[in-house]
Amino acid sequence: MAGNILAYVDHFKGRPLQASWEVVSAARKLAAEPDGRVTALIFGPEAEKMAQASIHYGADEALICEDASLADYRPEPIAALISKIGKEHQPDAIFFTTSTRGRELAAMVAIDLDSGVLPDVINIENQGGKLVATRPIYAGKLLAKVECRSKPQLLTLRVRAFGKPVEDSSRSGKVTKVATALGETQLATKVVDYATVEGRVSLGDAAIIVSGGRGTSNNLTLTPPAEITDEKQREIWRAQQGFRMVGELAQVLGGALGASRAAVDAGYVPYDHQVGQTGKVVSPDLYVAVGISGAIQHLAGMRTSKVIVAINKDPDAPIFGVARYGVVGDLFEIVPALTKVLKERLHK
Amino acid sequence: MDFHLSEEHRMVQNMVREFTQKEVIPVIKEWDRRQEMAPFILPRMAELGILGINIPVRYGGQGFDYLALGLVCEELEAADSTLRVVMSVHMGLNSMALLQWGTEEQKKKFLVPQAKGEKAACFGLTEPGAGSDVAGIKGTAKRVGDEYVLNGEKMWISLATKAQHALVVLRTAEDPHEGLTAFILELDRKGVKTGDIHGKLGMRAGSTGWISMTDVHIPAGNRLGEEGEGFKIAMSCLDNGRYTVAAGATGLIRACLEASVKYAHGRTAFNREIGQFQLVQQKIAYMVQSYEAARLLYLRAGWMKNQGERNTRETSLAKWFATDASFDAASEAIQVHGAYGFSDEYDVERYLRNSKGAVIYEGTSEIHQLMQAGYALGYREDADLRCELPSYDAEFWQAAG
Amino acid sequence: MKIAVFVKQVPDSAAKMAVDNGTVTWGEAPLVINPWDEYAVEAALVLAEKYGGEVSALSLGGESAKEALKHALAMGCGEAILISDPAIPSPDAGATARILAAAATKLGVYLAIFGKQAIDADTGLTAPMTARLLGWPSLTLVAAITQLDAVAKSIRVERGIEEGRQVVEGKLPAILSIGKDFGEPRYPSFMGIRKASKAEIPTWSLAELGIPAPEIKVSWPEIFSPPPREVSGDLITGDSAEEIASKLVDKLLAAGVL
Repeated sequence: MAGNILAYVDHFKGRPLQASWEVVSAARKLAAEPDGRVTALIFGPEAEKMAQASIHYGADEALICEDASLADYRPEPIAALISKIGKEHQPDAIFFTTSTRGRELAAMVAIDLDSGVLPDVINIENQGGKLVATRPIYAGKLLAKVECRSKPQLLTLRVRAFGKPVEDSSRSGKVTKVATALGETQLATKVVDYATVEGRVSLGDAAIIVSGGRGTSNNLTLTPPAEITDEKQREIWRAQQGFRMVGELAQVLGGALGASRAAVDAGYVPYDHQVGQTGKVVSPDLYVAVGISGAIQHLAGMRTSKVIVAINKDPDAPIFGVARYGVVGDLFEIVPALTKVLKERLHK
Repeated sequence: MDFHLSEEHRMVQNMVREFTQKEVIPVIKEWDRRQEMAPFILPRMAELGILGINIPVRYGGQGFDYLALGLVCEELEAADSTLRVVMSVHMGLNSMALLQWGTEEQKKKFLVPQAKGEKAACFGLTEPGAGSDVAGIKGTAKRVGDEYVLNGEKMWISLATKAQHALVVLRTAEDPHEGLTAFILELDRKGVKTGDIHGKLGMRAGSTGWISMTDVHIPAGNRLGEEGEGFKIAMSCLDNGRYTVAAGATGLIRACLEASVKYAHGRTAFNREIGQFQLVQQKIAYMVQSYEAARLLYLRAGWMKNQGERNTRETSLAKWFATDASFDAASEAIQVHGAYGFSDEYDVERYLRNSKGAVIYEGTSEIHQLMQAGYALGYREDADLRCELPSYDAEFWQAAG
Repeated sequence: MKIAVFVKQVPDSAAKMAVDNGTVTWGEAPLVINPWDEYAVEAALVLAEKYGGEVSALSLGGESAKEALKHALAMGCGEAILISDPAIPSPDAGATARILAAAATKLGVYLAIFGKQAIDADTGLTAPMTARLLGWPSLTLVAAITQLDAVAKSIRVERGIEEGRQVVEGKLPAILSIGKDFGEPRYPSFMGIRKASKAEIPTWSLAELGIPAPEIKVSWPEIFSPPPREVSGDLITGDSAEEIASKLVDKLLAAGVL
C-alpha cells in the first residue's frame, strides 16, 4: 500500500491549522510507494490558497469547494462532501487532524461509509496495506494498537506527534473544484456568531508552553489595591500579577500560556488555558511548569512534552518526577530572572 | 451480622467526601492559618442538607439514620475537625436533644429551621468555672411569671458567634444535680452577648466563643423538659455529641493514615522509599488498627441508636478510644513526615493540633475512663430516661408528615 | 418533553492502570460515572428545570453500570435504564452509537446529551456518530445553552472550539455533547440518594431495541504500558536567581528546544 490517502485540511475561516500540514505530510510518508497518492480536501473560504500550500506540504492534488454553505464550519455538509468523495475515490484511508472539527468529521464519515475511526493516534505502521495505529487510552496511562477492519480506514492524527512538516514550494499538483453534496435547505443548523480570542498562541499548536499553577498567587509581598477588600478577590489579584509574570516569560519564549486546573478553578485564569485531563492535552517541545505541583490529572495533559522544566518551592512536588530540569526555589525570583536572561540571550 | 454499608450509606459518604474534596480541602489550611471560620462552611452545609441529615423529613431534615450521621462526621473531620464540630453542636448536642425531649411546638419552632439549615444551633453547658463538674454550674434561670430570666456566662462554646439558637443549661434550684434546667435560647435576645475566643492550639478554622447572659427574658415555653431535668438532658445530649466526636476522630485517624501512606511512598531516603523501613511500617500498622477499631466502635453505637437501645456506655467507649487514638495517630503521622511534618505546608501538624481538643471536650478521656470502670465494677448503671432518643423508623423518618 | 443523557461507567481518573495478560486492570480504584457525563447530566437537569421535562439516564454496559445510573438518579434524573446484551461485550464507538441511537428513538426524546468523551477509550466519537445515524444536528463541545424553544423546535448553543466560541443554532431533535465550561455538576442530593437506592433500573436488550448486534469495525490487537520515560532530572542550583536562570537557559539552548 497504502494506495490512496485523502487528507482533510482543517482550518478556521481560511486560516489553516499547523496540524493540518502535519497530517498531509504524514499521509505523504505513508503513501510513499510508487502508486501512493495523497489528495488534500479543503472546504471553505480561502480553499484555493490552502490548496497550493497543501501541495507544497506533500499532497499530489487537492479537491476544493468554496461554496457559501461551507463558509462557516458545520460538520454535516462537510462530512457529506468528504463521504461523497470517499465513495467516488475509494481511498485506503482518510486522515484528519485531532481537532474539535477533525474528530467530529471523521466520526460522521465513518457512519456514512460504514467504517471505523482510529482517533488521536500518535504512530502509524503500514502493515501491507493495513494501517496499525498506536493511540493513548486512559489519558495516556496505557497505549493501544488499533486497526480498522474496513476501508476506508479513518484516522485522526494527534498534533505534533508526526514530526515537523516540510514545505517544498517546488511541488505542483492539480487543484480541482468540486460541488457540495448538500444544499443549504438540507441543513438543520446555522452558525450565528463567534466569540474568538485573537492573536494568542493556541495551546494545541504551541511548540513552547509556560504554565502557571496555584503557586502564582502566593506572592505575599504584593499588596493589592486598598479598594479590594474581599480576601478571595485579593488572592485573585495577586494570582493575576503572578500570571502576568508567567505570561511575560511565555512571550519572551514565543510560547503559549497554560494553567493547571487548580489555577483555573480558583479563578486566576480562564479555562481556555487549562492543560490537563479535563483541559487540553498538549505535547510541546518545551513545557515550563511554574508553581504547579504535578497532580496526575495535570501530568496526563503534558507528560509527553519533549522537555519539561519545573519551578516549584516544594522539592517533593510530583512534577519533579517528570521534569528534565528542575529548580527548587521561589518562582517570584526565578521567573523574572529567567525572563531577563532569555531576553539577553535571545536578543529580544 | 452484616458489616457492609448499605448502598445508600455509601452514596451519602461519597457525596460528603466529594464536597469536602472539592470545596473544603483546597482552602481549609488558609482559614486555619487565619484562625477564622470560613464564611461559606455553614451556608454550604445547610444548602446540601448536611445540617439536617438524620432529622425526620417532617421536621425539616433529610430523613437518614444515625449511622448516616456518623459516616458524615467521619468524612467531615477527615477534611478538618472544625466541620465536624458544626455537626457535634448543631446536630448532636442541640437538634437531637430537641428530637428527644422537645414538645411538638418546640420541634416546629426550633428543630425545623435548624434541620433545614435556616438557623444554626449550639450548646451552652460549660462555664468558666465548670467543665467536667457539670453540677458546679453557676448560671441561673429564675422563673418570673410566664418567663424565665437568665443570668450567667458560658465558655468554650463552639459556634457561639455564628449560631442563632443555643441550648443552655442553668440553675433553677440549689440541688447540684436536680437543680439544673435546660432552655432554648435565641441568641438575638436582649441581654445576650457573644464573642470569639482566639489563641487556641487547634480548631483554628472553627468558631469557639463565649455567651454571656444578663437578665435575659425568655418565655417559659422555651424550657426544654421539666425543671430539674437539666442534668439528665445534658447527659443525654452528650451521648449524641460524643457519637459525632467518635465518628469524626475516626475520620481524623484515616486522614493521618492516608497522609502517612502517601508520604511513605513519595519520600526516599537511603535509596528507597521510606515505606520500606520497618519503624515507619509500624506506625502505619498502628494507624490501621486504630482506624478499624474506632470505626467499628462508632458504627456499633450508631446501630444501637438506630435500634433505640441505650448506648451511653458504648458511645463513651467509642469516643474515648477514637479521640485518644487520633491524637497518637497524628503525632506519629508527623513523625513519618519528618521535618516536613513540623511545617504547615503539610496537613499533619493541623491534625495533631485539632486532635487535642477532642480528648478534652465532650467528656475528657479521664471522665470516660471513670465511666467505663464504673460500668465494669457495677458502681454505675444507666437509669431509664423519661424521654429516650427515638429509634430510627424509616417510614416515620422519611414521610413528609 | 423528554431528554436522554448517556452515561458510562469507567475506572476512577486517579486509578493506576496496568495491563495483565492483555486485560486492562485498575487495582483497587473504584468504578465511577465518567466525569464528563456528570456535566452532561447537569446540562440535562438544568434544561429540564428551566424548560420543563423529564430526564432519562441510559448506560450501555454490564450490571455494574447501574452504579453510574444510580449516581445520575441521585443527581436528579427521573429514570434510569441499563442497556445490556451478551451479544455486544465490547462495542466500539460505532456499535455503541448504533445502540444508543436505537435507544433514543425508542424513548422518543427531543434531545440526547453526551459527555465530551469517556475517559477510558478517550474517543469522543460516539456523540457525532449517534447524531449522524439519527440524522439529527450534532452540537458537540457545548459550553453554554443559550436558548431552547420547544415549540419552534430549535436550540442555540455556544460550542467551545480551539479559537474560542462558535454560536450555533440547530433544529430539534438534536444531539449534544457537553464540554467543561458548562458549569460544575451538582452533587447527588440526599433525597436523590434515597430515591436512587430504591429505584428499579430496567435492562433493555438489543431485542427490545429492535436491532441486531452491530458490527465492530475497530479492533485492538494490543494494549500495553507506555515505555518508561527516561527522565534523568537535573536539579539546577545556584547562589542567585540569575545564576540559576543562566544555567537553565544554557541547558535549554543545548537541548535545542528554544
